[in-house]
Amino acid sequence: MPALTDLLAEGEPVANHRPWPRTRLGPDRWTFAIAQLAEGHWTLMGLWGEPASVHMALRDDETGDLGVVSLACPDHRYPSVGRFHPPAIRLERTASDLFGLEPEGLEDTRPWLDQGKWGVSRPLGATLPATGEPVPYAFLTAEGEALHEVPVGPIHAGIIEPGHFRFTCSGETLVRVEERLGYVHKGVESLMAGADLAHCARLAGRLSGDATVAYASAFARAAEAATASEAPPRAQALRALMAELERLANHLGDIGAICNDASFALMLAECGILRERCLRAAEAAFGHRLMRDRVVPGGVAGDLDTAGTSAIRALVEAIRRRFPALIQLYDSTASLQDRTVGTGRLDPALARQYGAGGHVGRASGRNFDSRKCPGYAPYDRLDFTVPVLEGGDVDARVWVRIREVEQSLGLVDQLLASLPDGPVRVDLPACEGEGMALAESFRGDVLAWLRLASDGRIARCHLRDPSWFQWPLLEAAIEGNIIADFPLCNKSFNCSYSGHDL
Amino acid sequence: MELIGGLAVQGVQMALVLLLAPGLTGLVRTFKARLLRRRGPPVLQPYRDLARLLRKEVVLAENASWLFRVAPYLIFAATWVAAALVPTFASGLLFSWTADLIVIVALLASARFFLALAGMDVGTGFGGIGASREMMISSLAEPAMLLIIFTIALVAGSTRLATVSAYLASDEVGLRVSLGLALIALVIVAIAENARVPVDNPATHLELTMVHEAMVLEYSGRHLAMIELAASLKLLLFVALIASVFLPFGLADAGSEPLAWLQGLALFVAKLVAAAALLALFETSIAKMRVFRVPQFLGAALMLGLLGTLLLFVSRSL
Repeated sequence: MPALTDLLAEGEPVANHRPWPRTRLGPDRWTFAIAQLAEGHWTLMGLWGEPASVHMALRDDETGDLGVVSLACPDHRYPSVGRFHPPAIRLERTASDLFGLEPEGLEDTRPWLDQGKWGVSRPLGATLPATGEPVPYAFLTAEGEALHEVPVGPIHAGIIEPGHFRFTCSGETLVRVEERLGYVHKGVESLMAGADLAHCARLAGRLSGDATVAYASAFARAAEAATASEAPPRAQALRALMAELERLANHLGDIGAICNDASFALMLAECGILRERCLRAAEAAFGHRLMRDRVVPGGVAGDLDTAGTSAIRALVEAIRRRFPALIQLYDSTASLQDRTVGTGRLDPALARQYGAGGHVGRASGRNFDSRKCPGYAPYDRLDFTVPVLEGGDVDARVWVRIREVEQSLGLVDQLLASLPDGPVRVDLPACEGEGMALAESFRGDVLAWLRLASDGRIARCHLRDPSWFQWPLLEAAIEGNIIADFPLCNKSFNCSYSGHDL
Repeated sequence: MELIGGLAVQGVQMALVLLLAPGLTGLVRTFKARLLRRRGPPVLQPYRDLARLLRKEVVLAENASWLFRVAPYLIFAATWVAAALVPTFASGLLFSWTADLIVIVALLASARFFLALAGMDVGTGFGGIGASREMMISSLAEPAMLLIIFTIALVAGSTRLATVSAYLASDEVGLRVSLGLALIALVIVAIAENARVPVDNPATHLELTMVHEAMVLEYSGRHLAMIELAASLKLLLFVALIASVFLPFGLADAGSEPLAWLQGLALFVAKLVAAAALLALFETSIAKMRVFRVPQFLGAALMLGLLGTLLLFVSRSL
């Protein structure tokens, strides 16, 4: 079996791409990479465009090596990856919407993020004014007697993000679900092009507000890689501390919200209290409840004082005191278990094929956590385990979250006990370069890739949310379930709309 | 004289159920909020909501037919009349000579029929889902309810509620297995009929899981107020029904003094508070069941009702 490193050595290497190599490939080597993906040797970590080239981030599952391969497409066409490797389909449709890059051979030529309401088409490529009225989106059909369609969204009865779901049902049983996203497209990639680092860091932290620390960290580490610099050890530890607080708050909120979707409001109320304590501790320690704009390129925006440390210690103690009783409540409420066990089962083979990160992948046996592999500071010196379950159902996704809460508590302890001294921020030099970073958000691995121009400004930046590879799996996991269980499955995935819609 | 007394009791009863019904709903919500360690809205909030809805304009779907506009009033009227037939504080209700337990079931069934029709009238996906689920639930709840009535009628010798509660309040009844079975079955039916957890969730925002709420999603303004009030009345009706059959103490007799009425009223309010607390506790401690588990849940009520009836055929003293 060929290793990814061999392919990367074959092409024309790009200088100043750190920390993993990037290689320009010819069309035949590009096709070879597609075959490797389709055969399941490698995992697709991301696919994004530029006006006249297309890039693919790959991971060799055997060795854990990462790398980026690029294909020049002067005539705006390239051999489609999605044709043979479905996880790439939506990414290719997005590259087509934003840059006008045409994936050759891809059957699905419908737009994805572009709903015809931008006023322009291909905003990042050779921009054209939009052509007339938007074309109605052609949903995939299902044929059969007594099938009926139920459209849901994009506006929902609860306060959640907008997304449209088209259900085809036979009675209560779901035959097909198709997602329609793009309602919260903000044009982050256009806004970043040509802007300075500080501004872009703020934009990155706003792509998906619930994972703002993970996004800001991924962006900051990519920028540091591009400039061949490094954040001071204390800053790295503080970033990890913030990331774990963010994970705690989100997982606690999710566990309660999943139970609430089975009308078990007690868990939501109790978990909501713990989540609120996380946010208040974050406010006390870092000055912002969600810790937005606290992580900046070169370090962190502020230092942690003793009052903040004791606020976090009190939080850890409070969660340790109350959480076991909540786990017990979840585990021993038969009516709740009846709803979660066996519901929305995701096939481990699909989780592996799509490279599903976070609780979605780990509940279906995919042992991947970017804190472990490729790993980044300071997690390489911390002791924690990655919970992996095989069940693949809603219950397994809840349990992965429960175990991750426990691991995060341990990580916070270790980080506070061994917080290095020193500065928390360095200035990054203004220079050319390309950088890439993975950061583990509560949803899974966030990928940030950027290229700096010689004046230190962003030439091109791409942020890939873990939800790109989780949304399609939700469609697969729900098949054969009843329509009333969709909210429960959806909540157990908890994919990001904003992070996905860019 | 007796006619005037009967009229007065009936008039007070009709006003009373209307007045207390939103309060009961508010009380359940408050108790639930407290169990979830929230402060919750004030008990009087449902009254304010109704006043707000009555003031607001009605937004109608473009393709809504006359049925959609008329249904809320039909639902409200049928439920109100049904609620007026169940003795709350005094048993000498004028209407009870013409209407018995079976009429109450029939009135509720017609209200539901119109609600389901209205749910489907506008043609949204949710209305259809809600209506079909509601019909599935009612097709199981109604037979169970009838069997419960048979059990009670076999014990008391009448389907007239005044006679039933007078007989059950007397000393000659004692503990009856069949009545115990009927009580459990009636509680199950009451939970299903009132769209409470675990059958339905009155507080949910998830369109796809709704039953009752899915049917009324398109309603607004005074139409919604009528439906909300009818839902509150229905909850009060079932609490009053359980109280008058199984806890009939404190009911004022026909032709008794106004003081006895007041006593009966105080006891009735106490029963409502206790029922609200129990309902809130039950709803907090259980998750909602899958739609396809509901037949099993209601099947239990049906079997209990059947068992109660059969036991009485074996021996009148069971």
